[in-house]
Amino acid sequence: MKPAPFQYHAPKTIVETLDLLARYADDDGRVLAGGQSLVPTMAFRLARPKHLVDINGVTELNRIAVENGRLCIGAGVRHSAFETPVEDGPLGRLLASVVRHIAHHPIRTRGTFCGSIAHADPASEWCAVAAALDAEMVCESKVSGTRVIPAKTFFQGIMTTALREDELLREVRLPMLARGTYAGFAEFSRRAGDYAIAMAVATYRLKNGIMSDMHVAVAVGGAEAAPRRVMEAERTLIGRPPNLGTFQAAAHAARMAIDPLDDPSIGADYRRDIVRAMVSRALENAVT
Amino acid sequence: MNEQSGATKWIGQSVERLEDPPLVTGRGRFVGDINFPRQLHMRIVRSSHAHANIVSIDTEAARELPGVIAVWTAADIADVPPIDFREGPIEKLAPYRQPVLAMHKVRYVGEPVAAVFAEDPYVAEDAADLVTMEVEELPVLLDARDDPTEFSFGRDTEAAILTQGYGDVEAVFKLAAHVVELKLTSGRHSGVPLECRGAIGRYDASRDVLELHGAAKVPHRNKELIARMLNRAPASVQCFESHVGGGFGIRGELYPEDVLVCVGAMRFDRPIKWIEDRREHLIAANHSRNQHHHIKAACTDDGEILAIDDVIYHDNGAYVRTHATRVAMMTCGVLPGPYRVPGAYRAVCHFRLTNKTPAATYRAPGRFETTFVRERLVDAIAYQLKLDPMHVRRLNAVRVDEMPFKRPLEALGEEIHFDSGDYHALLDTTLNHVEWTRLNRELAARRENGEMVGVGLAMFVEKAGLGPADGVRIQVDTTGEVEVITGGASIGQGFETVMAQVAAEMLGTDMKKMRVIHGQTDRIEHGIGAHASRATVMTASATRVAALKVREKALNIASELMQAPLDTLDIVHGEVVIAGRVGGPSMTLGQIAAALGPSSKTRGDREPGLSAEGWFYADHQVYPYGNHLAVVKVDPDTGAVKVLRYVVAYDIGRALNPALVKAQIAGGFAQGLGGALMEEFTYNERGDPLASTFADYLLPTLREVPDIEILLTEDYPSPLNPLGIKGAGESGVNGVGAAIASAIDDAIGIPGAITVLPVTPQRLKAIIDGKR
Repeated sequence: MKPAPFQYHAPKTIVETLDLLARYADDDGRVLAGGQSLVPTMAFRLARPKHLVDINGVTELNRIAVENGRLCIGAGVRHSAFETPVEDGPLGRLLASVVRHIAHHPIRTRGTFCGSIAHADPASEWCAVAAALDAEMVCESKVSGTRVIPAKTFFQGIMTTALREDELLREVRLPMLARGTYAGFAEFSRRAGDYAIAMAVATYRLKNGIMSDMHVAVAVGGAEAAPRRVMEAERTLIGRPPNLGTFQAAAHAARMAIDPLDDPSIGADYRRDIVRAMVSRALENAVT
Repeated sequence: MNEQSGATKWIGQSVERLEDPPLVTGRGRFVGDINFPRQLHMRIVRSSHAHANIVSIDTEAARELPGVIAVWTAADIADVPPIDFREGPIEKLAPYRQPVLAMHKVRYVGEPVAAVFAEDPYVAEDAADLVTMEVEELPVLLDARDDPTEFSFGRDTEAAILTQGYGDVEAVFKLAAHVVELKLTSGRHSGVPLECRGAIGRYDASRDVLELHGAAKVPHRNKELIARMLNRAPASVQCFESHVGGGFGIRGELYPEDVLVCVGAMRFDRPIKWIEDRREHLIAANHSRNQHHHIKAACTDDGEILAIDDVIYHDNGAYVRTHATRVAMMTCGVLPGPYRVPGAYRAVCHFRLTNKTPAATYRAPGRFETTFVRERLVDAIAYQLKLDPMHVRRLNAVRVDEMPFKRPLEALGEEIHFDSGDYHALLDTTLNHVEWTRLNRELAARRENGEMVGVGLAMFVEKAGLGPADGVRIQVDTTGEVEVITGGASIGQGFETVMAQVAAEMLGTDMKKMRVIHGQTDRIEHGIGAHASRATVMTASATRVAALKVREKALNIASELMQAPLDTLDIVHGEVVIAGRVGGPSMTLGQIAAALGPSSKTRGDREPGLSAEGWFYADHQVYPYGNHLAVVKVDPDTGAVKVLRYVVAYDIGRALNPALVKAQIAGGFAQGLGGALMEEFTYNERGDPLASTFADYLLPTLREVPDIEILLTEDYPSPLNPLGIKGAGESGVNGVGAAIASAIDDAIGIPGAITVLPVTPQRLKAIIDGKR
């Protein structure tokens, strides 16, 4: 469990980082942020990057701010930053309720939000949140400048994203949730802090006691190769009152709509059952 | 034989652990902390095939890497025999022993095929990466219930068939009113210490001594085994135990890596250090528990079990390691547990090899499994015969007036003699503690309201204190400090504290004056180490004998020097005084040690030194007993099980340190919970291990392990040793699978639903949904 040899680079600025990535991306260069996924993978020698570009010293990436109705989360922001709400609204509360499910406290003090998004583990909580809220990923490289990629096209498969080798995921932008938005999260894992077998993020707003079409979102993570919104589930909610029957109908729709991962440990049918349970619970848990 | 002394100063007190200060101040010394000048680092190249013929192994690229000293395959150590059995050669099993490096064939993923020796651990791992192996894949055998296949030419994978029993099983079954039959499986799991294994071999040419550092559990036995394997005199091999981060029966056995560092140290005349990583640990160190039982009971109308007939398929993995067939044989012997089974009994165990990591003992070997099987059987009898499960337990449990109870079965080579105990009284204690009737009524009401909650109970008998003998040497120096030199081992259980308590009690001195030596084969000739819940029964009893001899010597000379009759003297706070006289003459133990010095004029013709050796002999093991009770809640949507309440009642005979006994029970429970609900070494159809990291091998954490209630009783001190001790180490794990399985049945309202451990959420969900 000792990594294969690699060269270590420690830039201090975004410009330096992009320079290094431009130079080494083709020679198997990788960004090192919190290292909570990459370093163990290297220890197992499943990943053998020749160059590591460590962005922990790039202080400009540590920013977290609300701008133009979006929460902007820099590449240096740790999971633990969300443990107390980062803003006094439904989004801050949602993120604070989700972060408790990410591994354990020591890991949360090192791992980063953007690192999770870039790594795109199917069971990443932040990826499911990004999918649910239609997050925007701000990707930057020396050669092609800045691109803003929506979650819908960013997540492409198991640990596969639209991010190019020479690009830095500089920032993720989450749209703020308007006051009165209900947001909920639920996941099921074998132990506290484990990778979830499935999870769900749900949001809705009420207009005259009815869930209005603009703000209904149901995203499922952990169950498929990549997290995504499940339109079939969302459709069953729109125009209906928020009650257990409605929620269970949406959960059933999600169960049927997904194409579950099937591995030797967790069968596809069981994963569908968990999706159903989690979608229902995310909706039941939703608070404003 | 029991010594029921009145007030005690040290024995029976929950004193703080003597060994903690270095451990909690970062001054411990674990095997990873030990380094020697000029040491080399070893990395093992392991098979990635579960079953294959080795065509060739290419080590050239690895050998060319700068910093690499050598790369060995089996051919390089052709003079080193396979790892032998601890108890001596067993001709029939010899062909199934594990070679130190694979020869001709590999038989499990993780089997050592080559060893790299390098200047640096990173280089060693880089080089190990460059070793390639050409193989011819062979079909894999992964289920011990399947027909045996070829192990080697002319030998199949059924290494042995073991049987134990008595009476005419067929005759009893033929006449029985009822026959209850079950098929049950205990999954593959194991002890997973926080600290992985490690070994450092060092050869001191100036003294011609081979040293193994990082030894644990049984250093003296491993010294003998290494000497035998490497054809050296035992006096020229020494093992040294350092701090140990958990043992649980799997650590400290002699493994291929231990032998390789020893051979390497002699060949290269440089120390060889090997530190196991976690992935290696989970595929290389012993697994345990994997058994399939097909059990039948013959019963009367009122639920008396007349006979048991069990056919067991024991999955021992790829080879037969140091324990030989011990776990399987123990399984056959201890299965009936507390129940009488008067008519007949037969256990036939098919001891079979598969293409998985070899298996051996893990905390409560054969008992975790058989308690699950036996208590499932009792529940099934009650259900089938429409009887109260507690009635069936009471009816069948050996009564106090039948003690000592002899059973013509064996455990660890001795006939089973339950020494003492009142199983019915302890069951009453447990049921009264939880208010059994009321608890059941409350749970039934909650179930009416749609909750899946239930309760389950298991009874068991443990065994501890295997003899036949253990010796301890105690010596007092001229400052009054006491060395208690044992051949025991400390795997974190509080060994030093307990030995110090006993010695301090007998010597009338402060336990903080004690230095307890363990796991150092150059300090004492013999030693039993720490396994099978023996340390307190055997080593503490020997400590008592040695301490009493030292006491006698001290009082003898003090009587002369203080001119006081022997029977007026006592030792208080490390000083010999005249009992009851305040401010009278006194001598410290240090002064007495000086008076007994070889050149002391006051010694007279006494043997020099305030020291003595004490031996304790045991013809039979002791049999502590207990109950486990679980209350669980099942989530029908996910199949998840939450333990709401857990009670362990246990009669320890006499608790030398109740806090340490409770800690043993609590720790054992956590491991049992893992085996009941989470931990499982699984494999895909090619024999690749699927649980080789902590993301897949799920140990219960602080978040999953509830606080437990421990009812520690001392109602039946063992008559087999003067302190009445019965052993604690394995009681917390023994009944967890059984109690939780029973509670889940109750919660989901399906009697007999749980037939396989661990009860994973996925398995349970399928049962609840009727998909199984």
